[in-house]
Amino acid sequence: MRLVILDDYDKASDWAARYIMNRILQFNPGPDNYFVLGLPTGSTPVGTYKKLIEFHKAGQLSFRYVKTFNMDEYVGIARDHPESYHSFMWTNFFKHIDILPENAHILDGNAEDLEEECRQYEEKIKEAGGVELFLGGIGPDGHIAFNEPGSSLVSRTRVKTLAKETIIANSRFFGGDLGKVPTMALTVGVGTVMDSREVMILITGAHKALALYKAIEEGVSHMWTVSAFQQHRKVIFVCDEDATLELKVKTVKYFKGLMHVHNKLIEPMENGPDKKKRKVDEGTKD
Amino acid sequence: MSRQKSSASLKRKCQDDRGKVVRGKGPWSAAVYGYLEMPSNKSSSTIYQFYNCRILKDGKLQREDLWIRDGKILNPEKLFFDEKGYADVRIDCKNLLIAPGYIDVQINGGFGVDFSSDVENCEEGISKVAKGLLAYGCTSFCPTIVTSPPEIYKQILPRIKLRDGSSEGAGVLGIHIEGPFISKDKKGAHPERYLRKFRQGWDDVLDTYSTLEGVRLFTIAPELENSSDIIKQMVKRNIRVSVGHSSANLSQAEAAVKAGATCITHLFNAMGPFHHRDPGIVGLLTSHKIPKGVTLFYGMIADGIHTDPAALRIAYRAHPQGLMVVTDAINAMGFPIGTHKIGQLDVDVTSDGRACISGTNTLCGSIVTMDKCVKHFLEATNCSIEEALEAGTRHPAEMMGIAAQKGTLDYNSDADFILLDDELNVQATYIAGELVWDKVTGNHDKRVIQRKGIS
Repeated sequence: MRLVILDDYDKASDWAARYIMNRILQFNPGPDNYFVLGLPTGSTPVGTYKKLIEFHKAGQLSFRYVKTFNMDEYVGIARDHPESYHSFMWTNFFKHIDILPENAHILDGNAEDLEEECRQYEEKIKEAGGVELFLGGIGPDGHIAFNEPGSSLVSRTRVKTLAKETIIANSRFFGGDLGKVPTMALTVGVGTVMDSREVMILITGAHKALALYKAIEEGVSHMWTVSAFQQHRKVIFVCDEDATLELKVKTVKYFKGLMHVHNKLIEPMENGPDKKKRKVDEGTKD
Repeated sequence: MSRQKSSASLKRKCQDDRGKVVRGKGPWSAAVYGYLEMPSNKSSSTIYQFYNCRILKDGKLQREDLWIRDGKILNPEKLFFDEKGYADVRIDCKNLLIAPGYIDVQINGGFGVDFSSDVENCEEGISKVAKGLLAYGCTSFCPTIVTSPPEIYKQILPRIKLRDGSSEGAGVLGIHIEGPFISKDKKGAHPERYLRKFRQGWDDVLDTYSTLEGVRLFTIAPELENSSDIIKQMVKRNIRVSVGHSSANLSQAEAAVKAGATCITHLFNAMGPFHHRDPGIVGLLTSHKIPKGVTLFYGMIADGIHTDPAALRIAYRAHPQGLMVVTDAINAMGFPIGTHKIGQLDVDVTSDGRACISGTNTLCGSIVTMDKCVKHFLEATNCSIEEALEAGTRHPAEMMGIAAQKGTLDYNSDADFILLDDELNVQATYIAGELVWDKVTGNHDKRVIQRKGIS
């Protein structure tokens, strides 16, 4: 497990985006070799998306051979509702990059048979060869995707009823009207994300400090679903200073001491994908 | 541009040019963006994506791309998620602005043509002006017929047909008939002997014009007797009514609005001046008697000559959302500086944008173009670029009741638009998604955008 601590939100976003860019470049994707990327929604990853868009516009990064799978989507709101995760992904990411529409996968919360939709989603991930890198954010209660506290840590993609807290928190996006907030969602399971070859979790802000603490300093618990990733073979938490408020000084110091190693992972790739691939792979061996 | 390349060459191309943009030649060149490597779109029509631009949308210049298919503006989000489609052709706009095409609801002629008097070559005259307007970013207009005798209306009106814009010229939205039901005192350049009143009500209208088929805008002096009835009749026939060439007082003007008038013809020109106890038609701008839900529009000849910039500012500050710039241009519009023989008259076109009777200072009328009006309005009022553009696009479209098709870049509306630099100089004009004029070639360049799939 890696914990990368940056000064603030912008720096954390920049770091995460550079890491993702390097991972895609190393992978050297092509028509027979797509890079499969898992993606979250929410306010935390917006900065990372902005950075990735910048890299794309500067000609450093193409998503032409990237397939994406989003974590979740509400059930029962129109696809083009401004608060749908389809709209979010379009506005904040897809419309700015060169990804092909057939490669951008988001669960359909309006599918006739929701369970079948979830089953097919797992199938599609499998067909794509599994997720290479799953980017995630978490809620203050430590939920990843819509795997609310109490979710099974081996869960797969499924229909979930949202926790009251989540519904109340979301009501601000629906004019404060609780009646308009979707109460169900489709979400990948903790197990689905665990199957990815690598997981990166963004945690920023003081309000996420307790969740970060539960994620890395306490044991695995289904009441803090993000803690499951302690047992992932390749996970990287990217956070800002504020999010570390509940951590032990010892923990923070230890990981900060490793920053020179971590920063090698985001060095610009100058020598072509092949050489870099080797170099960065060595650097990420835990 | 054929999409039916063999799959072998297709694959080879992928590996060579992956991620590269293949640029075409010419201005606003269609960069054929890796279409070789893409699976074919489900729809057979070509999809264009204008990128690297700022587009006027929802009243704001936004850094967005503009997507076009079948001559309409396309919602790219729907295309992406619902159709899994993408652009066939990408066009680099080099950071220019994109605005809807200008709409001129009052234009008497240009390029030597006078719509009201060139009876013999009426159709050619319309076509000539329509084509010439493209260079000024004007994609739709209302040919305006000034006060004339009934025999002239009988000959001209049936021959001016509504038509869609194309590479052949700007679209004709409908005729604007200005007169003869106007005030003697405020007749302006209209010949007094042909002015009329509604003595027999609607019969006078029929007697005068013979047909109203192509008419979409009607200027009336509301102080004329029976005018309320006439206004109602016009509105019923889907003709917009504008008050002007009138010495009406405010309550007469308000009565006209109540009857269905929604516009003022060239505000300040040919009407009583604003007086604080008798504000006249100008007072409509801040009237409390405009029915709820009705926006009152008003034309402004923003050439810096027919309306003083201070007057333009007063109108703009009082009622910005109703302001439409109009040219009210005459036949000398489009002519270079110098002396020209137009009809029976020698006209001097001067470097400061005036057209005077040769050797005198007597103005013959405006020779301004829509692009200059919008620029002048922006400079004179210090309004936002968005407001200036909307005064030449959205507002006239709303006034004409065609805002769902024209005057905005909203999804599904007609892809009539212009590319502009930051000083609002027109660089290219498109109608129904087709390039119909560009600054570099000075003309429609068929090499640049193929018409395939564009109706």
